[in-house]
Amino acid sequence: MQAKGRVFKYGDNIDTDVIIPARYLNATEGTELAKHCMEDIDKEFIHKVKKGDIIVGQKNFGCGSSREHAPLAIKCAGVSCVIAETFARIFYRNAINIGMPIIECPEAARSIEDGDEVEIDFDSGMIHNVTKNESYKGQAFPPFMQKIISAGGLIHYING
Amino acid sequence: MGMTMTQKILAAHAGFDKVEAGQLIEANLDMVLGNDITSPVAINEMKKMKNQTVFDKEKIALVMDHFIPNKDIKSAENCKCCRDFAREHEIVNYFDVGEMGIEHALLPEKGLVVAGDVVIGADSHTCTYGALGAFSTGGGSTDMAAAMATGKIWFKVPSALKFVLTGKPSKWVSGKDIILHIIGLIGVDGALYRSMEFVGDGIRYLSMDDRFTICNMAIEAGGKNGIFPVDEKAIAYMKEHADKPYQVYEADADAEYDAEYTIDLSALKPTVAFPHLPENTKEVGSFGEVKIDQVVIGSCTNGRIQDIRQAAEIMKGRKVAKDVRCIVIPATQAIYLQAMREGLLEIFIEAGAVVSTPTCGPCLGGYMGILAAGERCVSTTNRNFVGRMGHVDSEVYLASPAVAAASAVTGMISCPCELGL
Repeated sequence: MQAKGRVFKYGDNIDTDVIIPARYLNATEGTELAKHCMEDIDKEFIHKVKKGDIIVGQKNFGCGSSREHAPLAIKCAGVSCVIAETFARIFYRNAINIGMPIIECPEAARSIEDGDEVEIDFDSGMIHNVTKNESYKGQAFPPFMQKIISAGGLIHYING
Repeated sequence: MGMTMTQKILAAHAGFDKVEAGQLIEANLDMVLGNDITSPVAINEMKKMKNQTVFDKEKIALVMDHFIPNKDIKSAENCKCCRDFAREHEIVNYFDVGEMGIEHALLPEKGLVVAGDVVIGADSHTCTYGALGAFSTGGGSTDMAAAMATGKIWFKVPSALKFVLTGKPSKWVSGKDIILHIIGLIGVDGALYRSMEFVGDGIRYLSMDDRFTICNMAIEAGGKNGIFPVDEKAIAYMKEHADKPYQVYEADADAEYDAEYTIDLSALKPTVAFPHLPENTKEVGSFGEVKIDQVVIGSCTNGRIQDIRQAAEIMKGRKVAKDVRCIVIPATQAIYLQAMREGLLEIFIEAGAVVSTPTCGPCLGGYMGILAAGERCVSTTNRNFVGRMGHVDSEVYLASPAVAAASAVTGMISCPCELGL
């Protein structure tokens, strides 16, 4: 499985309230939530993002609420992967459970800049920065989590 | 090497004699929780499953608490989705208007969680029940769907941080000040993926309500769970509230911890977290004048009877400052009724505060106290992120009920001691 796209870069502790503000949590559909993705931190994001693009965060990405609406909004906005130095644990679980690829890689999180073109190979965990011609080794998922992601999420995995 | 208290509970629920940090396990669940925000997503996910029956209709709790009584049509439809699901699957522990309370105050009060349980909830503050000696943690809606169907969930066994609490806290230092101090010390990702285990001789001075508050905010340090040993106070609480049997687990003497912190409770002062992260803590008195527009006293963090009593003690015979709105929200119907019988609601209303039916409303900027641009709120809730309680240019200062009540009276962030208390 691979992804390729342009990077939107953010800082430390990007919380679920800025990923999808609670005032929109009366909606449950991903396409509706996606319209407000990152609204409270980057009003332009949803107008600029294209299918396949990548979000890069720093420490503790997705901290705060357990709302699955957060990774769902990011996924339905067209984002193919989130790279960060570390993820908050509930966001990490939720992303895997809905089949939204994420990779922990401190080197990539530091080196990649806003607007860079980046390619990711999920099987190997390799991240290639096309713009800078640099490569970084991210942490590949344990086999158990790879199975959930490649099944398209936990529900499909349980369905077999 | 021995196991931590958390690891022992997880091992027992996964059918192992021993587990180690980092090990992936599948654990049997004693309770699965969802609310009116997260359950509709879980119910929709469950409809995609081949097996759409619930594993145990008595081990699922659906609590309508975030946007109820419903704030708009979409919220009403979400609650209806939960209500229909509860009826169809004969969910025993479904709590709607009139019976509901804020979920993490309600479940212990109803005796639905006891020591030794493993609980997952589609709400990040599910970690609250560690106060009872249970392992409980937040997950997402898909976790909840899978858990409702199978009664099991995958976990990575966490390593742990040990917090040794010593000494007796002074009068206006409560569980909220202790956990804010700890988050200030280790940061909002200081306990990422880890358990926070609280031990030490200072624990005996902490009420169950203090312990619920401390475990509730483990997630604000990134923790997977917070947990206290089971002592006489915890046993007395369970005997009063629960019928089901409990199981006491203790950490091994040679359990391994990633780090150990000793906190002298007698040295702590009332503490406030400044915008926009819970780790931005300052002791009250260490900063200049911070004028406020609103005070919120309530939430899963601080809406319990001790919190309401402390706030009332401070507001008794006093008035909410001019130009300050003060909103008091008892967390459950039982707490509301108790506060009414003790005359506390009268104190708030005479002081010029409003008292609301239980709801999570203002904590997450849902309704019942949204802030305009430039406004500041002192709140007993748990998060002060950008835009958390309303406009992105508003500010939330996290504090204890005592500090919040004193601030409501003075119109600026204050310690009760400034009122001569």
